[in-house]
Amino acid sequence: MGNKQTVFTHEQLEAYQDCTFFTRKEIMRVFYRYQDLAPQLVPLDYTTCPDVKVPYELIGSMPELKDNPFRQRIAQVFSEDGDGHMTLDNFLDMFSVMSEMAPRDLKAYYAFKIYDFNNDDYICAWDLEQTVTKLTRGELSAEEVSLVCEKVLDEADGDHDGRLSLEDFQNMILRAPDFLSTFHIRI
Amino acid sequence: MAQPLAFILDVPETPGDQGQDPSPYDESEVHDSFQQLIQEQSQCAAQEGLELQQREREVTGSSQQTLWRPEGTQSTATLRILASMPSRTIGRSRGAIISQYYNRTVQLRRRSSRPLLGNFVRSARPSLRLYDLELDPMAREEEEKQSLLVKELQSLAVAQRDHMLRGMPLSLAEKRSLREKSRTPRGKWRGQPGSGGVCSCCGRLRYACVLALHSLGLALLSALQALTPWRYALKRIGGQFGSSVLSYFLFLKTLLAFNALLLLLLVAFIMGPQVAFPPALPGPAPVCTGLELLTGAGCFTHTVMYYGHYSNATLNQPCGSPLDGSQCTPRVGGLPYNMPLAYLSTVGVSFFITCITLVYSMAHAFGESYRVGSTSGIHAITVFCSWDYKVTQKRASRLQQDNIRTRLKELLAEWQLRHSPRSVCGRLRQAAVLGLVWLLCLGTALGCAMAVHVFSEFMIQSPEAAGQEAALLVLPLVVGLLNLGAPYLCRVLAALEPHDSPVLEVYVAICRNLILKLAILGTLCYHWLGRRVGVLQGQCWEDFVGQELYRFLVMDFVLMLLDTLFGELVWRIISEKKLKRRRKPEFDIARNVLELIYGQTLTWLGVLFSPLLPAVQIIKLLLVFYVKKTSLLANCQAPCRPWLASHMSTVFLTLLCFPAFLGAAVFLCYAVWQVKPSSTCGPFRTLDTMYEAGRVWVRHLEAAGPRVSWLPWVHRYLVENTFFVFLVSALLLAVIYLNIQVVRGQRKVICLLKEQISNEGEDKIFLINKLHSIYERKEREERSRVGTTEEAAAPPALLTDEQDA
Repeated sequence: MGNKQTVFTHEQLEAYQDCTFFTRKEIMRVFYRYQDLAPQLVPLDYTTCPDVKVPYELIGSMPELKDNPFRQRIAQVFSEDGDGHMTLDNFLDMFSVMSEMAPRDLKAYYAFKIYDFNNDDYICAWDLEQTVTKLTRGELSAEEVSLVCEKVLDEADGDHDGRLSLEDFQNMILRAPDFLSTFHIRI
Repeated sequence: MAQPLAFILDVPETPGDQGQDPSPYDESEVHDSFQQLIQEQSQCAAQEGLELQQREREVTGSSQQTLWRPEGTQSTATLRILASMPSRTIGRSRGAIISQYYNRTVQLRRRSSRPLLGNFVRSARPSLRLYDLELDPMAREEEEKQSLLVKELQSLAVAQRDHMLRGMPLSLAEKRSLREKSRTPRGKWRGQPGSGGVCSCCGRLRYACVLALHSLGLALLSALQALTPWRYALKRIGGQFGSSVLSYFLFLKTLLAFNALLLLLLVAFIMGPQVAFPPALPGPAPVCTGLELLTGAGCFTHTVMYYGHYSNATLNQPCGSPLDGSQCTPRVGGLPYNMPLAYLSTVGVSFFITCITLVYSMAHAFGESYRVGSTSGIHAITVFCSWDYKVTQKRASRLQQDNIRTRLKELLAEWQLRHSPRSVCGRLRQAAVLGLVWLLCLGTALGCAMAVHVFSEFMIQSPEAAGQEAALLVLPLVVGLLNLGAPYLCRVLAALEPHDSPVLEVYVAICRNLILKLAILGTLCYHWLGRRVGVLQGQCWEDFVGQELYRFLVMDFVLMLLDTLFGELVWRIISEKKLKRRRKPEFDIARNVLELIYGQTLTWLGVLFSPLLPAVQIIKLLLVFYVKKTSLLANCQAPCRPWLASHMSTVFLTLLCFPAFLGAAVFLCYAVWQVKPSSTCGPFRTLDTMYEAGRVWVRHLEAAGPRVSWLPWVHRYLVENTFFVFLVSALLLAVIYLNIQVVRGQRKVICLLKEQISNEGEDKIFLINKLHSIYERKEREERSRVGTTEEAAAPPALLTDEQDA
């Protein structure tokens, strides 16, 4: 089935295979999902490496993402300019990192970036409040939210600077084996 | 992108230190000099502290941040320095990532955990001890770093390079460009510098082996992935119900794999040869009625399905040397096939392989899910790891949000409760209720076991209406009903007892259910091997036991269907129409998984007596998958209790290995070593125990000649010799004990490291605050100087400590 495809050159497909966690078949499947999002925009021939970006609104309406409260952050983290509009490379990258085969460290790195709402390389108290609010759909009282954030910082902040660095986050993830199974999107 | 500044902070020593070189051994002198410094600093700090705290209080009202000030109040110069801190640049700058991975590749290539200090020149995470407070004066451009990384990547093997590339947190376009640049023409292998000769040879060999295994593993994995059906079904289930319910279906798939492996071995080595050389049937084959599917008797009796059908002779014996009274069937080019030996060794080897696979997957899962200190940090884990990204439906997503909210509220309540401990009276009452419920559940289990015992004795004693095959179904039905009903009773009782932690509730429920099933299975095993063997002397008792197990499996399946029908479908209809509740019944994961484990135990118990039983189990598992999936999607909702999917998978695998597989192995060993096989049927009919077949063969080998004499020697001195077994067990125990000590030591090291990180953090905050205060003072002085003197001021002198005094 893969031999007859005309979307990518052989070298391109090999490169994708080597740089992502997908097999040939899965790459084609992801490509067709990307193409389905914007059939007029995405050409069926990527041998010439066209520069096509699917806007965030279409990405956010994918069934895998549309009910995820963090979909905007996910799209921002994986897009090229941080605005949520994704090229095919970004799209493949996103689903490769969120797939089953990605190692824990890689997932932890991207999860850290997703939860870092103000992009300052630390998860500070404000980021935590945003996360907790999105997780609970705003139904916890402000006092409860701040109490939860305080406890999270107590538990995870190793160097006691009032915010979580990437190392703190990774240390915490090491203690949570569920992370690998929950930070996973099937496509 | 943050560019690291070349900044030199000149902090001259206090006048007392100049000319002096205190060695660490002159402790009093060192302390004195520092003491003066500290005194001076603390005076200034007191002055600054008041000023800055006042300023801080204007900005934030929280009392927590007395040490750490928010960045908005820091000067731009401090901010610039902070932005180029090594820990900041890791996340933001690609150059830092590239350098970090360059270092990792170097370490990997040189295969040493700590490269020499001299090689750190190219590091982009400058160590302060090398640069004497200079922050990376050799600021390398990103392209240079990239070219360094490319060079390192080129010297790795292809699979390792790909592995490294895939794990890098860079964008796909950059990875592709790195890959392009690092491709070397084929046939070149960059030798490693340094120690050559033997070391590099065996290092290369080891690498080659590791890579070969890795690629083999990858190939197997992709083949398995291609074979795995139900990708879409699993995605739908995961999307609607989350990882917890999905773990049940994944466990089902694992069991299918185990059974397929078992069946493959049995078909290849036992059933295949027997089908190719069918023995003479004892009498006319009985007519097939429909009841065979349920009872397993009737026209199934004298087929490859049961033990009794297998011959006890050597198959395909060449003519001229008839052994064991076998028939002389002249076949050209055929190998003689010793059936008893094949039967025994195939069952033994398949159990051994299953054991190894189970223990390996259990140890692997255990290693993944249990970490030192993993019980703390529950709030952080709930916030960051509990959102299941697989969930794709709006309703399921909202349910998940509700669950997380409930969980967080419970955690907060728990924490507050811990701070207000319960009274002694309340705790006593709690303990009493707990003890009572446990007693009742254990009593239920014991009662069920007694009931099974009494009923099985009754079945033996009653004249049993030999013609009625349907009477054979009564015991399995009774056992099945007990298995179904008693857990419900225990769940009702468990509603009475108070539990602080919902996870503990689940574990306790699993424990009770397990005890019940073990009690019942234990009674049944005694009934079969203890009583039935005696009662059925002169007949083929192994066939009977095999048929019993078949009946139990089938009845288990039928009752599971009925339970799904009534427990889920009818309950949903009742709760929607009559009780007008919007909530659907929950899918009880623990109970369903234990039922799967129970079915698998029955299969393992019966493999010796009915080699085709794994095939029956495979068909049953396939049907169970579709039935449960349909019922789940139509009738159930996701569990509202939090479910630690990863811990639970480990627990399920452990339960599969320890009580289930171990029990089946003990049963098998007892049957092989202690019980006399029946003398009218089966491959062991002339022997005292089944194990004798092995001994007979070894004696045969001894007589065969000196060429294979090592095998009897191995058998006599290693297998039959108990001393060797003791020695091996003692060694294993010693290894386990050593590992426990190592883990204990590591735990201590982790505590020390945590303390160290905390101290370093405080140091960092202190230094940043000092830096900030220095810059503040500098700015203030500049401003005052510009304000008071109109003429061109001299360039501001760098701040020295003398001005503070």
